[in-house]
Amino acid sequence: MPGMFIDVEVDAGVASNAELVKKLAEVCAVDIFAAKDDGTLQIVEENLDECVLCDLCIQAAPAGTVRVKKLYER
Amino acid sequence: MRFYEYESKALFARHGMPLGQSRVAGSPEEARAAAQAIGGPTVIKSQVLSGGRMKAGAVLFADTPDEAAKHYETVLPIVVNGETARSVLIEEKSPIAQEYFVSVTWDGRRKLPVVLFSDMGGIDIEEVAETHPEHLSRTHFSTILPLSERVAKEAIGAVGVTGSDLNRLVPIVYKLMQLFLDYDLTLAEINPLAKLEDGRFIVLDGHLDMEAEARGDHKAVLDDLGIGDDETRQARPPTEFELAGARVNAVDHRGVAGNVVEFDGNLGLIIGAGGGSLTLFDAVRKQGGKPANYCEIGGNPSMSKVKNLTKLILSKPGVDKIAVMMNVVSNTRVDIVARGVIKGCIEAGKDPAEVIAIFRIPGAWEDEGFKILAKHGVEYCDRSVSMYEAAGRACAKLEAN
Amino acid sequence: MSILITADTSFIVQGITGREAVNLTRENLDYGAKIIGGVTPGRAGRDIYGVPVYDCVRDIVAKHGQPDGSIVSVPPKFTRDAVFEALENGIKTIVIVTENIPRAQVAQMVELAELRGARIIGPNCLGIISPGEAKMGGVGGPAANTRQAYSKGPIGVMSRSGGMTTEIASTLTGAGLGQSTCVSIGGDAIIGTSYAELMPFFEADPETRAIAIYSEPGGRMEAELAEWVTKNASRLPIVAFMAGRFMDEMKGMRFGHAGTIVEGKEDTTAEKIERMEAAGISVAERIEEIPALIRTKLAEKSVEV
Ligand code: SF4
Repeated sequence: MPGMFIDVEVDAGVASNAELVKKLAEVCAVDIFAAKDDGTLQIVEENLDECVLCDLCIQAAPAGTVRVKKLYER
Repeated sequence: MRFYEYESKALFARHGMPLGQSRVAGSPEEARAAAQAIGGPTVIKSQVLSGGRMKAGAVLFADTPDEAAKHYETVLPIVVNGETARSVLIEEKSPIAQEYFVSVTWDGRRKLPVVLFSDMGGIDIEEVAETHPEHLSRTHFSTILPLSERVAKEAIGAVGVTGSDLNRLVPIVYKLMQLFLDYDLTLAEINPLAKLEDGRFIVLDGHLDMEAEARGDHKAVLDDLGIGDDETRQARPPTEFELAGARVNAVDHRGVAGNVVEFDGNLGLIIGAGGGSLTLFDAVRKQGGKPANYCEIGGNPSMSKVKNLTKLILSKPGVDKIAVMMNVVSNTRVDIVARGVIKGCIEAGKDPAEVIAIFRIPGAWEDEGFKILAKHGVEYCDRSVSMYEAAGRACAKLEAN
Repeated sequence: MSILITADTSFIVQGITGREAVNLTRENLDYGAKIIGGVTPGRAGRDIYGVPVYDCVRDIVAKHGQPDGSIVSVPPKFTRDAVFEALENGIKTIVIVTENIPRAQVAQMVELAELRGARIIGPNCLGIISPGEAKMGGVGGPAANTRQAYSKGPIGVMSRSGGMTTEIASTLTGAGLGQSTCVSIGGDAIIGTSYAELMPFFEADPETRAIAIYSEPGGRMEAELAEWVTKNASRLPIVAFMAGRFMDEMKGMRFGHAGTIVEGKEDTTAEKIERMEAAGISVAERIEEIPALIRTKLAEKSVEV
């Protein structure tokens, strides 16, 4: 479920790449990304609206594979 | 943070300052037993933080243990300046020859601690300062040189005290200076400091106040005295609503959304920061608004902290609308606060457009913030609308209700 | 011209690797500050936005020469030591950002600073900004926000509240009145430099033509300012904004900053306003009245702005 203001979309290839998932979890200051036991991506839904729009997650993955959406812009 | 008299005396005793015998009583039986153990006449004193207990009749004298027990029951229920007594102190009544006054406090202008000493104790010292200035000395002392008895000697000597009185007073004043610095006090006062008929000096009543910032450094002492972290010792005890506000702030360490003070109006306030809150609270009151609360947000609080504060304020009975206002912000983010208040309204089952009277926070990330507010139909304004005008708009909306 | 800092002022950041300090460093550099080094014990060899980090102030002095100032942004427990270190290494202007430092320690820092001929701003403050030249501290936030609120001009600003420093500057800027230097002096009961102690600097600065201050209940600083103005026949008109008027009725309750509490009569806003007005200081009830009040007072003296 998206947040009220922010949603984050991650391509399947990135979400299943343990290396990249670890990186995402590291860069996000408000803990929106976590790794499941098997190393795949868990989006922490209750933290989505804490997103500070720093773009660090976007820079951490291949171009276009992580998208941060402002739901209040549509 | 103020100490009760009995706590102050426990600290005086630790520093070897001379005191009469005393005991705290929690029942008439204990009062009787205390008087019995002390032997002879006693003073029965209500333990309150505010001054004026003498005037309120909450200090009485007893000749016998039975009388002490009776006075206990008289004194305990007396409300002094809106404050009920915590307990009652039974103290030996001593034959007094003369009363002195001594206090150590900070002089914010000189930025130094200062000893005030007078040989006219027992009465209001401000009165002495006005009517008998030559009987009150002010002696500043250094905080980087080793503490010295010289300062005490000069403070006492300056009002003309000499001989054995001077020499007996010096260690008491010196120890008070020590106590002041050791416990990070903002006030250490003995009034009266009594000279007994036999020439000895004892502390009759004392008043200590510890700096709130330093409480963490003196945890051991506070624990010994049984003073818990939740005892704020402000002018009045915190309300349930205020305690809930403190819990909201304690949930995470990102920024501040706290210092909630309860009032009984219908306009909930989410305001900040320190100076901005004071400014806005005045502006609301000046324009006929009735605040339901005071608070301070700042330091870039998390979305959820703002959300929970919003929910708390909306849950307060009698709150019709909230106003969200700050000075121009540079650290706190407009968009994060906007998200927090809107989410808080919705989770409280209210329509943000209805319940938020005005949102006036200009500054960092305001473009994003204003987009969010516009989407939810909330009335907002930028820095071209002053804090005073924004508060006025909120007040007008409530009046139109 | 300006007071305390100019574009040429070199300074260091003590506690530079802390979260707040990293931000500060970034914001100050972006605004044109000359930061020559930073200190965090045990972190020598790192750099923060190109600013080299050392273990001791002494190492910076040895390598880069004497800095003029320092921003101290270390936890309360270590602040006194950091300030002493700056003072013993010849630094003359120290901005203490840290809050919650017990008064006795602030007094010690101020006493040593006096002995060393140095000046402390703060604690619990956002520092100093000379618009268009440099800033030293968190005042104004990110450089872009700072440029929006602050502009160069003839008004000196002093404020016990960091946030209200920016609100006042922004209001002045909006009304076409720029600022020479704005100082967030800190909200604690004991601070390094009071309004009255800053006045001689503004008085000596040819660019400054009027003063705006933000003030609140608690302490004797306004009385001290009123006395200074009267005694020194100041050339500078002063407009004060007084917040926290509601606190006059709420004795013993602490609001806002650590130093903001009404205990005696002299702490009340009513008493402060009376003293300031007696000294010819105009007291505004709303921030937006400040520019017009300043203009009126300057017109009376035939000073152009
Ligand atoms: S933009 Fe920043 S805060 Fe938002 S999800 Fe990405 S890393 Fe986290």
